[in-house]
Amino acid sequence: MTTEQRVVSDVDTSKQIALVRIEEVVKHFPIGAGLLGGQVVKAVDGVSFEVRGGETLGLVGESGCGKSTLGRVIAQLHPATSGHIYFKDIDLVTLKGEKLRRMRQQLQMIFQDPYASLNPRMTVGDIIGEPLTNFHIARGKAREKRVNEVMRICGLNPGFISRYPHEFSGGQRQRIGIARALILNPTFIVADEPISALDVSIQAQIVNLLEDLQDEFKLTYLFIAHDLSVVRHLSDRVAVMYLGKIVEVADSKQIYDNPLHPYTKALLSSIPIPDPDLEAEREPILLKGEIPSPVNPPTGCRFHTRCPIAQFPICSEQEPPLEDKGSGHQAACHFPGQL
Amino acid sequence: MDGVSFHVDRGETVGIVGESGSGKSVTAMSILRLVAEPGRIASGRILFGDEGKQKDVVQMTDDEIREFRGNDVAMIFQDPMTSMNPVLKVGFQIKEAMAAHERFTPKQARDRVVPMLKRVRIPAPEDRAKNYPHQFSGGMRQRAMIAMGLSNEPHLLIADEPTTALDVTVQAQIIELLRDLNRDLGTAVILITHNLAVVASLCTRVIVMYAGRIVEEGPTRQIFKSPQHPYTWSLLRSIPRLDEYQHEKLLTISGLPPDLTNPPPGCKFHPRCRFRVDRCLEEEPPLGEVDPGQKARCWVLMRNALAAQPQQAGQP
Ligand SMILES: Nc1ncnc2c1ncn2[C@@H]1O[C@H](COP(=O)(O)OP(=O)(O)OP(=O)(O)O)[C@@H](O)[C@H]1O
Ligand code: SF4
Ligand code: SF4
Ligand SMILES: [Mg+2]
Repeated sequence: MTTEQRVVSDVDTSKQIALVRIEEVVKHFPIGAGLLGGQVVKAVDGVSFEVRGGETLGLVGESGCGKSTLGRVIAQLHPATSGHIYFKDIDLVTLKGEKLRRMRQQLQMIFQDPYASLNPRMTVGDIIGEPLTNFHIARGKAREKRVNEVMRICGLNPGFISRYPHEFSGGQRQRIGIARALILNPTFIVADEPISALDVSIQAQIVNLLEDLQDEFKLTYLFIAHDLSVVRHLSDRVAVMYLGKIVEVADSKQIYDNPLHPYTKALLSSIPIPDPDLEAEREPILLKGEIPSPVNPPTGCRFHTRCPIAQFPICSEQEPPLEDKGSGHQAACHFPGQL
Repeated sequence: MDGVSFHVDRGETVGIVGESGSGKSVTAMSILRLVAEPGRIASGRILFGDEGKQKDVVQMTDDEIREFRGNDVAMIFQDPMTSMNPVLKVGFQIKEAMAAHERFTPKQARDRVVPMLKRVRIPAPEDRAKNYPHQFSGGMRQRAMIAMGLSNEPHLLIADEPTTALDVTVQAQIIELLRDLNRDLGTAVILITHNLAVVASLCTRVIVMYAGRIVEEGPTRQIFKSPQHPYTWSLLRSIPRLDEYQHEKLLTISGLPPDLTNPPPGCKFHPRCRFRVDRCLEEEPPLGEVDPGQKARCWVLMRNALAAQPQQAGQP
């Protein structure tokens, strides 16, 4: 890649200014014919938040709450059903053709499963270099040079450029996925559970790599995970998702020290800590039942069927908006901080 | 798996911790003699029962082992679907599990189904007994599996990654359930997991496995406070914790989990060990007592390693 092709980063990485702003984003999947005909999975159902330049925003929630779908919509891998996705104040939803392609170069995604997400029939060099070809940025020697460079940055031996994914371990495959995401010099990366498929002793290597890359290349991350311990370690701010909605957004410290939404509080109390003494004292708030179906989410507050402090009829009739409860700490609850 | 030996006391909760390929599941399977071909229990004994009238599982006849599996020991797996029959109703399967072992009369077995489901906190158990497994959520299936396993009142429950596929709020429910069952029924529990935090939560004793060997073993509190094997020590420092602030670098364990078909000579952890000495490359250390009740398989031990290189203690 030559210097004039390199995207000059015009991103303010002070963690103060929104780089990505999403407004009322909805993603519905139509399902089934026949009996189920006309039904939709409300995977993401009206979500607004911002990711600030230079920060890591952690996105957490239980399986099926819509985290990956939201990540894919933001990374432009799925079209949104409705809503707006502003990247550097330009609405990607209205962009087309060459302009959209240019923007897309700056948004990349890292996937959970380092086995399924890499094409087994392509060499590592081709997997990592493919975006350079797709975006007509570099070919031949120039491409190889750049591939070598990102392989080194990601801790891969460039001597393995002609090998195939199956010759690598899980952790190394995840490095390949990261190298591919980095090759276009993106400013923003959606990392969808990048470590949950890896062995425990390998996870820290990838977490540290992601941190080093962020420092070095001034990256902004949306970090999706269901493991709140990792999110606490990595994130400046955290957004908590439940059944297609964001229920709380705040600074990492605020979320962990003073969760306002009952769901966040229950989620945090459920996580065991690797310390037997602290474990002896921890009292998890056990929620009733499991997440309802996103096809027919509960009325009013979607959490009311499991909420230990729900009051009726208000919680089952009126949907609480996500609003600022003071010093930028947003929560969607009629009775914040009362659990 | 090589020369693994450990014991579980009546009513005890023991955690077996290790990564994929460490041999932790094989250990549990061999207790039930479920080791798949071509693996086999080459030597050794698996003793079960009170001192003096112990049975050796390895020597049992097929009939005895069948009896043993359902009656004395029950096992639950990460994916309950693999051990439930998809075309039979959940209640029927629990009843059959009891019928197979003749501890209860058919009528008793029938009457126990709903209370068992209730005991594992499945809501509306009368109705749910008539459901098929696919009509249950992941957490409910796991609880139904536990109900099935406990229906014969076994002395020992082996749970292999029982919460790994579950969400944290559901995981918390299952851990509480196992804790209650252990406390109320006195069922001993072997929990096999890669999650150290779950072990800290549930188990009084922990066994750490690496490359098919026990590398450290002892009371949970002692192991977490003062691990003596470099692998245990490193593992505890490589995981982010909910109670710790962000942006402290995690300690990394370099390299990869070992390839069991081609294990390194000497200590199996030496290619990844930051404290190794020359001897580690050639000679495999024995599992020796390092403190009362605590054993570790290491030539150096963390207390000596940290005394020699104190800067390592806090440094990734
Ligand atoms: N292509 C699709 N077609 C239909 N439904 C879908 C599709 N993709 C996702 N869904 C549904 O949308 C909901 C949200 O799924 P999503 O994968 O975003 O959840 P998630 O929060 O990432 O969960 P996990 O933690 O398990 O990865 C789920 O109910 C899922 O079944
Ligand atoms: S709005 Fe009501 S049901 Fe929803 S989280 Fe708050 S208290 Fe619970
Ligand atoms: S024996 Fe040597 S290589 Fe093995 S864990 Fe101990 S110090 Fe490390
Ligand atoms: Mg997902």
